[in-house]
Amino acid sequence: MSSPILKLIAQRIALGILLLLAISVLIFAGTQILPGDVAQAILGQSATPESLANLREQLGLNDPAYVRYFHWLGGVLTGDLGTAMSSGQDIATSIKGRLWNTLFLAFWAAIVAVPLAIILGLIAVRYRNGWVDKLISGLALASTSFPEFFVGYLLVYFFAVHWQIFPAISTVYDGMPFGERMQAIALPAAALTLVVLAHMMRMTRAAILNVMQSAYVETAELKGLSAFSVIRKHAFPNAIAPIINVVMLNLAYLIVGVVVVEVIFVYPGMGQYLVDHVTKRDVPVVQAVGLIFAAVYISLNIIADIAAIVANPRLRHPK
Amino acid sequence: MANGMAKSTPLLDIRNLRIEATVYPPGEAPKTITLVHDVSLTLEKGKVLGLIGESGAGKSTIGLSSMGYGRGGVRITGGEVILNGRDILKGGKEGFRKLRGREVCYVAQSAAAAFNPAHRLMDQVVEATLLHGTATRAEAEKRAIALFKKLSLPNPETIGERFPHQVSGGQLQRVMTAMALCSEPDLIVFDEPTTALDVTTQIDVLAAIKDAIRDTHVAALYITHDLAVVAQVSDEIMVLRHGRLVEWGGTRQIIKEPRQEYTNALVSVHEIEHQEQNPGATPFLSVKNVTAAYGGGQVKVLKNVSVDIYPGQTLAVVGESGSGKSTLARAITGLLPPEQGTVTFDGRPLANRLADRPKEDLRQLQMIYQMADVAMNPRQTVGTIIGRPLEFYFGIRGRERDRRVAELLDEIEMGKGFIDRYPAELSGGQKQRVCIARSLAAKPKLIICDEVTSALDPLVANGILKLLLNLQEHEKVAYLFITHDLATVKSIADSIAVMYRGEVVRYGSKSKVLTPPFDAYTDLLLSSVPEMEIGWLEKAIKGRRMASAGN
Repeated sequence: MSSPILKLIAQRIALGILLLLAISVLIFAGTQILPGDVAQAILGQSATPESLANLREQLGLNDPAYVRYFHWLGGVLTGDLGTAMSSGQDIATSIKGRLWNTLFLAFWAAIVAVPLAIILGLIAVRYRNGWVDKLISGLALASTSFPEFFVGYLLVYFFAVHWQIFPAISTVYDGMPFGERMQAIALPAAALTLVVLAHMMRMTRAAILNVMQSAYVETAELKGLSAFSVIRKHAFPNAIAPIINVVMLNLAYLIVGVVVVEVIFVYPGMGQYLVDHVTKRDVPVVQAVGLIFAAVYISLNIIADIAAIVANPRLRHPK
Repeated sequence: MANGMAKSTPLLDIRNLRIEATVYPPGEAPKTITLVHDVSLTLEKGKVLGLIGESGAGKSTIGLSSMGYGRGGVRITGGEVILNGRDILKGGKEGFRKLRGREVCYVAQSAAAAFNPAHRLMDQVVEATLLHGTATRAEAEKRAIALFKKLSLPNPETIGERFPHQVSGGQLQRVMTAMALCSEPDLIVFDEPTTALDVTTQIDVLAAIKDAIRDTHVAALYITHDLAVVAQVSDEIMVLRHGRLVEWGGTRQIIKEPRQEYTNALVSVHEIEHQEQNPGATPFLSVKNVTAAYGGGQVKVLKNVSVDIYPGQTLAVVGESGSGKSTLARAITGLLPPEQGTVTFDGRPLANRLADRPKEDLRQLQMIYQMADVAMNPRQTVGTIIGRPLEFYFGIRGRERDRRVAELLDEIEMGKGFIDRYPAELSGGQKQRVCIARSLAAKPKLIICDEVTSALDPLVANGILKLLLNLQEHEKVAYLFITHDLATVKSIADSIAVMYRGEVVRYGSKSKVLTPPFDAYTDLLLSSVPEMEIGWLEKAIKGRRMASAGN
């Protein structure tokens, strides 16, 4: 019974892996094309030609590009992301904590934003074209239209400066108690929620409205179901695929697109880490972070695809 | 069933019902139109009233008013709807919700669209019963299974576990009837419940519905445009037109002694006299042993099909959905290149693929489709639509083109005034006429008509058929007429090919094909066409030799 589904899912996963490989090539090629010599960058202006040549030899820079690519890829596959040039630290170790912080923030932002967006979307459909709908859409659009830094600073102004409920700077450290950690991320999580809310809510509204035209919605109404039951039981299950897609896109954004918010709240996440090392021209770090971001994006989209496949009763229960 | 009180208090008493809607014509101020003009009707317990009329007659609107429901922006603005002794229009939203699915249930035209694809059938069937708390889940499911049995559905114990897409259209229609009966309502509104079905399936569903109504003593409003169908199930018939009552009487009186001219027109709608022409010496188009398949040869839809078309004559291809009728048209036009076999035109083989055919071959074969409104570009005027083949095939432009367009409009019995209209401003019949003019503009030898009258009301369809016959006489054009409607075939064909599961099972001149002895399938097809005669349904079911495929 489930064989067509398993085949489709296997296809998606295989495609995802292929895509990730292609992206690793692009990332590697991109960082190679960048002007500048790594050895020169490390040793600085005063380097002698001999020391430059030695370092190049040591870093393997004289090998052909494909050898270096496979060397890098082999390292990545075994969990070795290389060493940061600027600090000499192992990249995998320093990324681990950062990635955890980013995922922690994204998780709590998503826990609030996704259900809220969907519920607001359902309510907007229930009172479609009425003032409730217009109010929800208006507020959600406004919160998305403001740039993230503006929303961030507004939150800081009111909640940190004015009312002093939450800290303005989201410092977190290892071994921090859960409660304190939650308090620290409250404002960045709120800023992220406001940024992604409208997109998901509008998509939920549009997807369900599309389904509301169906004959089976009329059938449900003619059974005497209340307006909200009709939406929840009969419209929503059939609108789930597009909603999941847009939710996953926003989750990906929460992980890979949070640079500005992290900078505002000085939150030690991946975004800040990336920006810091781009300015230092630390190529191995940029490569590693780029690859991780790509992997996150691709896996979330695979999850969206799989969820859409599984949500389709025609695929789940073939004739 | 017999209720002594019934005479004094009817189940449903609609008095001076007035229904209005607001329309928003492009470029004009919104205006209110009246869809139903002060219609009154009464329905006794356990009786069936047929509501009949063309589209726009207000029959569905009246039917749904018994549930206090208006589709789109439709509003009930006047009159009373008295159900079980109270005016439901005074009950407000909450009152409507309590009666919907409990006192009155609805069976839609297309059960395939009316079932939610995301839920199992059983959950949907018992939903209303559970919602209104008239039975526990176990009781409701037991009741549903009993109804599945009564409606002679296969595997009644387990069919409820299936999803809508796993069940055929005819079966779904019966499951929907079971869904309506499950909450044991007093009244069911059947809204064209068999219109979307094949003729051979329709008869089974009709019989199942009739038995279920009889055994459960439920009252029904049976809405349809097909008088022959409604005559099988109704005690009384009400004829409606443009939202007004035309005639209301017993079934026998309406079909045997109609008092109004319009009713008479409906009763005698299919009688077109058409003298069958003998096939000429040589056909100009021959389909020889054509086999065609979809999905890279996976699904064979045409198996070794051979037919001939003679100049200026009509070949009708009949069969139910999935029999390969439209695929034959696609193979002839090159849209679906056949895997084997050839199509010869004027003595030479036509290229298999559409892309390989010269413009001249394309011009000679034109098509008209079932859905006229989607077959035209909604942003082009009638003049542009009809003028396009003139420019494309003949390079006629400017004033000469306009003159030809006017001529063509004249031929389809529409005036010059339509040149600047958009498709949205035309009625269904007018749209189909424009499509006919567009195909004629190319001066083809053959027009393939794919179910061109199926989406039209009987009287309008009749007009289109007469037009096609007239045009054939003047223009000497041949038709390949694809249809599932045998009455249409009788009035237009010179020869007939009966298709069943991709094969031509019977082929020859009209008189030969329609004269016994019949093969089993042709017999089934012919005996399934509803006749305007009381008791036809029982006779037809008894006399059948094979079961229909959609069953």
